[in-house]
Amino acid sequence: MSYEGWIILTGSLVGITCGLTGCFLILRRMAMLADAISHTVLLGIVGAYLVSNSLDGIYMFAGALVVGLLTAFFIQLLHSSGVQSDAAIGVVFTSLFALGVILVSLYAGRIHLDVDHALMGEIAFVPWDTLTIAGIDVGPRAVWMLGAVLIINLAIILLFYKELKICSFDPEMALAIGIPVMFMHYLLMGMLSITTVASFDSVGAILVVAMLIAPGASAYLLTDKLSIMLLLSAGIGVASAVLGYYAASLFNVSISGMMASMAGILFILTFFLSPKHGLVMKWFFRRSLSKESNGLQ
Amino acid sequence: METVLNMLQDPNVQWVLLGTILLGIASGVIGSFALLRKQSLLGDAMAHAALPGICIAFLLYGAKSMSWFLIGASISGLIGTYCIQAIIKHSRIKEDTAIGLVLSVFFGFGIVLLTYIQQNGSGNQAGLDSFIFGQAAAIVGLDVQIISVIAFVLIFITFILFKELKLITFDPQFAQGIGLPVKWLNGLLMTMIVGAVVIGLQAVGVILMAAMLITPAITARYWTERLDYMVVLAGIVGGVSGVVGTLLSTLSRGMPTGPLIILAATLLFLFSLLFGTKKGILPKMVKQWKVKRLITRENVLSSLYELSETTLKESEGKEMGSYSFQQVVELRPVSSLMLLAVIKELKKEGLLAEEQANKQLMLTEKGLELAHEIVLKNRLLDMYLMFESKFPVSNWREGSMDLLNGPKEIIDELRALLKDFGREPNGLFLYKKKRKLGNKGFHSAVEGSEG
Repeated sequence: MSYEGWIILTGSLVGITCGLTGCFLILRRMAMLADAISHTVLLGIVGAYLVSNSLDGIYMFAGALVVGLLTAFFIQLLHSSGVQSDAAIGVVFTSLFALGVILVSLYAGRIHLDVDHALMGEIAFVPWDTLTIAGIDVGPRAVWMLGAVLIINLAIILLFYKELKICSFDPEMALAIGIPVMFMHYLLMGMLSITTVASFDSVGAILVVAMLIAPGASAYLLTDKLSIMLLLSAGIGVASAVLGYYAASLFNVSISGMMASMAGILFILTFFLSPKHGLVMKWFFRRSLSKESNGLQ
Repeated sequence: METVLNMLQDPNVQWVLLGTILLGIASGVIGSFALLRKQSLLGDAMAHAALPGICIAFLLYGAKSMSWFLIGASISGLIGTYCIQAIIKHSRIKEDTAIGLVLSVFFGFGIVLLTYIQQNGSGNQAGLDSFIFGQAAAIVGLDVQIISVIAFVLIFITFILFKELKLITFDPQFAQGIGLPVKWLNGLLMTMIVGAVVIGLQAVGVILMAAMLITPAITARYWTERLDYMVVLAGIVGGVSGVVGTLLSTLSRGMPTGPLIILAATLLFLFSLLFGTKKGILPKMVKQWKVKRLITRENVLSSLYELSETTLKESEGKEMGSYSFQQVVELRPVSSLMLLAVIKELKKEGLLAEEQANKQLMLTEKGLELAHEIVLKNRLLDMYLMFESKFPVSNWREGSMDLLNGPKEIIDELRALLKDFGREPNGLFLYKKKRKLGNKGFHSAVEGSEG
């Protein structure tokens, strides 16, 4: 496949994976946890590197998963000890992130990890970092990683679709009918962590938040059904990635930044033009209603 | 230590230090309000949203200039805030999603502009990306002057409008009711948060600026429940973190200042989380333990009193009897460790005697009096709770429920009820009768024991 093809494939995989995970976060009102975990994953990666001395995929996943779950756990802990939830999120993620950045700077000589790269990602280098199995070049490492994570996420969503759905819309009922709500919470946090770390290489830790939240938020304005929302969100994710890539090559700017901006632009479009919840439609509806009532008088 | 002293004499370091102290104070003060209004993460969004503003300011002005950066950052920060509020107001998207959305999209756009500047910009654009993590060492005299002026203005406005800001923080409806311009004040507070964020960008950076607003404020919250103390304390915490972080970062080359300042603040937070006098974990545990101990003490005394009461009744006031640990625990279960500690304490106070031979416990005369009071109080409370609807609502019901200090007529009524139910504690009376201490009537003996 061509260089361009690989990049678009990587971006699309990020869009689908993040889009799917993001829907549940939005519905459960945990969007800021995505922000928190995407920051703290840096600490996980640095920690994994310091422990294992390699930047191998599997160590990064393990480190990110551990720190991601720890972040969720700390936030829960602070919250249950009486700190309001937004402050708990703010304190935990900033401190863990700060620790990660300091570790990176401390071991700057030893570590092959650059903070700017970690934050903003560099999808343009993805096609060169290829994976070889039994002497055959099978394509970029990032594509395989994202593909694996996507399959894991899809498996989790298909397996626990009903549980995730009930937990998202009615946690009290989920608790009442015996769904392990806490387990589902940490399952989702685990999904979020591995999604973040897989996307980390290509779009970077911070921009992954845009890919997690923006497509889901747009889809949320377009439909009332969870299954359709998931599909739409994945589709919008892919669209942002593809559009972002072409816009970026047009202006010669950061691809991941442009993908985030595109996701934002697509959201603005849905915000105004959505057939059900869009501002324009609401305005038309209100106007026709007031005309009708004027006609009645 | 010597290097620190040498460093402190460097005027450049002095400037940087002054800047971070003022920044810490201002963001701590403003952050207290943001925290109490549950808007802490809004600061995060504002900081991220400031990045495109900085880049646009650079593109328009064509060179690095602190004042233009500040203006650009403030404008795009305010636009970001406005977007968040518009999204919440005009769609079904909730606050957290709106904040995350604006934060990430604005930041993404900022990165786009940053790369655009790096590729197409002319002149000296290096160091523009130091805004992402902050580089306090890059602060020069002029920057400090700007930071100081803004910080002073922020603190001054807080000082002048303290009462109004307090009101819109805790009770916006009431503030509206008494005719305060709530909308205007909200806008002002929002602008002040943007101001605090903007002056922190150079030292702390876009990503971690939120922590400057949140961490000092939440740290202060562990020590006080009053807004005025909280604001002052948060300012101090912010200032101290600023100093510590800056010194550490100037000591070691290549260490970003922002993360170090945040880490210093986090350490203060963790300390407060453990030891904070108002909500800290350890003081809370000590308090709970004290209450538990008091309850155990009362339980042990009441159990012994009731046992003695039965024996006194059976022997017609001739003997008090002594009882094993087992009997005491059976009546009111208490944990054995606590029981031993309490019994030791009671013996020390001379309220309890123990027969060494067979480990039997008995009340002393002093102990009997105290136990009588406790039992009387609890039984009066039982009566009160049984007939709660009979009694008028009054203030003494709130809080301690100390029935012996309640209004006289209610207590008399409760006593009469106790007598009707045959629950009047008369162990002390029987004991005193035996000792021929009181030859007056039954009631007067009980009355006399009050006090």
